[in-house]
Amino acid sequence: MTAQAQPNSFRTGPDEGGHFGMFGGRFVAETLMPLILDLEKAYNEAKADPAFHAEMASMMTHYIGRPSPLYFAERMTEHLREVSTASGLSGGAKVYFKREELNHTGAHKVNNVLGQILLARRMGKKRIIAETGAGQHGVATATLCARYGLECIVYMGAVDVERQKPNVFRMNMLGAKVVPVQSGTRTLKDAMNEALRDWVTNVADTFYCIGTVAGPHPYPAMVRDFQCVIGNETREQMMQAEGRLPDSLVACVGGGSNAIGLFHPFLDDRGVEIYGVEAAGHGLDKLHAASLTGGRPGVLHGNRTYLLVNEDGQIQDAHSISAGLDYPGIGPEHAWLHDVGRVNYISATDQEALDAFQLCSRLEGILPALESSHAIAKVIELAPKKPKDHLMVVNISGRGDKDVPQIAEILGTDIR
Amino acid sequence: MTKRIEARFEKCRSEGRAALVTYVMAGDPDPETSLQILKSLPKAGADIVEFGLPFTDPMADGPAIQAAGLRALKVGQNTVKTLELIRRFRADDAETPVILMGYFNPIYTYGVDRFLADAKDAGIDGLIVVDLPPEEDDELCLPALKAGLAFIRLATPTTDDRRLPAVLANTAGFVYYVSITGITGAATPDFGKVATAVERIKRHTPLPVVVGFGVKSGAHAAAVAQGADGVVVGSALIDALKGTLDAEERATSRTVEAVTTLVKELSEGVRSVAKRAAA
Ligand SMILES: Cc1ncc(COP(=O)(O)O)c(C=O)c1O
Repeated sequence: MTAQAQPNSFRTGPDEGGHFGMFGGRFVAETLMPLILDLEKAYNEAKADPAFHAEMASMMTHYIGRPSPLYFAERMTEHLREVSTASGLSGGAKVYFKREELNHTGAHKVNNVLGQILLARRMGKKRIIAETGAGQHGVATATLCARYGLECIVYMGAVDVERQKPNVFRMNMLGAKVVPVQSGTRTLKDAMNEALRDWVTNVADTFYCIGTVAGPHPYPAMVRDFQCVIGNETREQMMQAEGRLPDSLVACVGGGSNAIGLFHPFLDDRGVEIYGVEAAGHGLDKLHAASLTGGRPGVLHGNRTYLLVNEDGQIQDAHSISAGLDYPGIGPEHAWLHDVGRVNYISATDQEALDAFQLCSRLEGILPALESSHAIAKVIELAPKKPKDHLMVVNISGRGDKDVPQIAEILGTDIR
Repeated sequence: MTKRIEARFEKCRSEGRAALVTYVMAGDPDPETSLQILKSLPKAGADIVEFGLPFTDPMADGPAIQAAGLRALKVGQNTVKTLELIRRFRADDAETPVILMGYFNPIYTYGVDRFLADAKDAGIDGLIVVDLPPEEDDELCLPALKAGLAFIRLATPTTDDRRLPAVLANTAGFVYYVSITGITGAATPDFGKVATAVERIKRHTPLPVVVGFGVKSGAHAAAVAQGADGVVVGSALIDALKGTLDAEERATSRTVEAVTTLVKELSEGVRSVAKRAAA
């Protein structure tokens, strides 16, 4: 796509119809249209209500454990400086980790779920449905449903149920019902189809808690707003640590919620370089999940965005080692940020993510989620090329415990 | 533009009955069989035929139509081939209205203007695109109306009186009332509630109101035909088709007939209800 003229601010979207440039919108069946209009109204009212924000803030502190630390990853930094020196550059950025993996339930997903569940309560909805890929969003939803005594049904592709068993068990322990989805490719996109089918069927009492910045308006904007706590904290923490803003931000992008949460508060700080890392799977010329790098605009799950589609408009199978990135689309705001050129979207392969997972575990004593490992993989590539006074923040969106059985299997270790 | 559709409803009215609208998937279980089915439908009693445009991710459809779409895609069905089948249907049937029903992404990918020109040329009369509510009218609805194709809107139990005018504003041909909150092929509706809903919609529009979702038998069709101007049946026909496929999901000698047998039963159901001919 050709780059469009740069707007005065990158933070004003979406418009009334939910558009970020040509992306976004409300492409849903008529049955759902009144529901998403109600949701939008309820969200706008909540946004203007100090009591809603107070409840959010209290739960953020006491239940989720925010703020999450901004941690100087000293040994990772040293290592990458050695790499830089070895390549004759004698640079190496100072790398900070935004530690979303320390949140209750182990990922950034809970920030958004808290907001949506409080909203569901305001709306008097007692039955919560969700889709999940890696299971992190499902676990976060099951957790807050347990906390507030709400019924919880989580749709999860049968393939993902298999590769994220620990999270399926966690959801069950939390009292949620996990429904393995057998339709289509049996991964995240099919889980989302099935959740939408549930919502069309149970319109009166059900709240659909979407796990990323996708779906019809107002979801992409609402989920972003709930995740912006990541970037807002990072701004303050970096000011405290270094007395200035970071020079670059790096985050993995599945639907794009952890990434937009980190990026959005910095979009108008033009000096801050921003990198979104998609999953390149086996490689961009093979099976992958990089919708921006390897897809084209289309309409799925309620919005227009970049999608992996064939020439007939059929959705193509995505592939990523990480279930949370294994989605053939991306949030519409990212599609727009890509087209206007504010964010650089790059990609990391399965192998690069696995290598990054292992390096981070050994150097920092932190097992990152396979999703987050994609972002770390690109830090490993980018940081050595930057000068030593360059401040780079990578979002550790989740912890890797859930991936341990899968990684053990890939590495050929039987842990059962 | 909507002439064939209007003429067909006029004919049904003059016969003092509701219209039977059938839905099958293009390319299911293979292109030639689906064309044969399409051609046999009017003879078996269908007044209007809907042809499904296969899509990998049919969010508003139940298992029967999902599987039908995947069977069609597996044998290589696509938008170009679907338009070609309709062109061949139109070559021997100049009167039966053909409605193409599906999701927006295949059309968007084909290119809206090119699609509308080719659809019109193939002999399509109207479009039902599930994931295009009135809020997205600029995408396809308005261009379709301009191109002379009816854009048939779905009204649902959640479409209240406040919203109905917006839903009806740019709709043409007929209004499709979705009898339940749910996906295709799922629950059978409460027919009493459906009749009330149809009356409500008719207070807002002079267009014929047809009812679909959950109609599975001649008796259901008769029940819906009491109040509605037409009855839509889809999943039940696809289930009948599916029941005849071999282990590799290929058509057998019974496939076409299984569909037409059910269509005849539905047609009798619709015809068993005498309606006042319109003045
Ligand atoms: C730890 C973690 N990071 C990232 C993602 C990807 O989602 P998003 O792009 O919305 O942040 C997931 C999704 O499951 C996840 O669990």
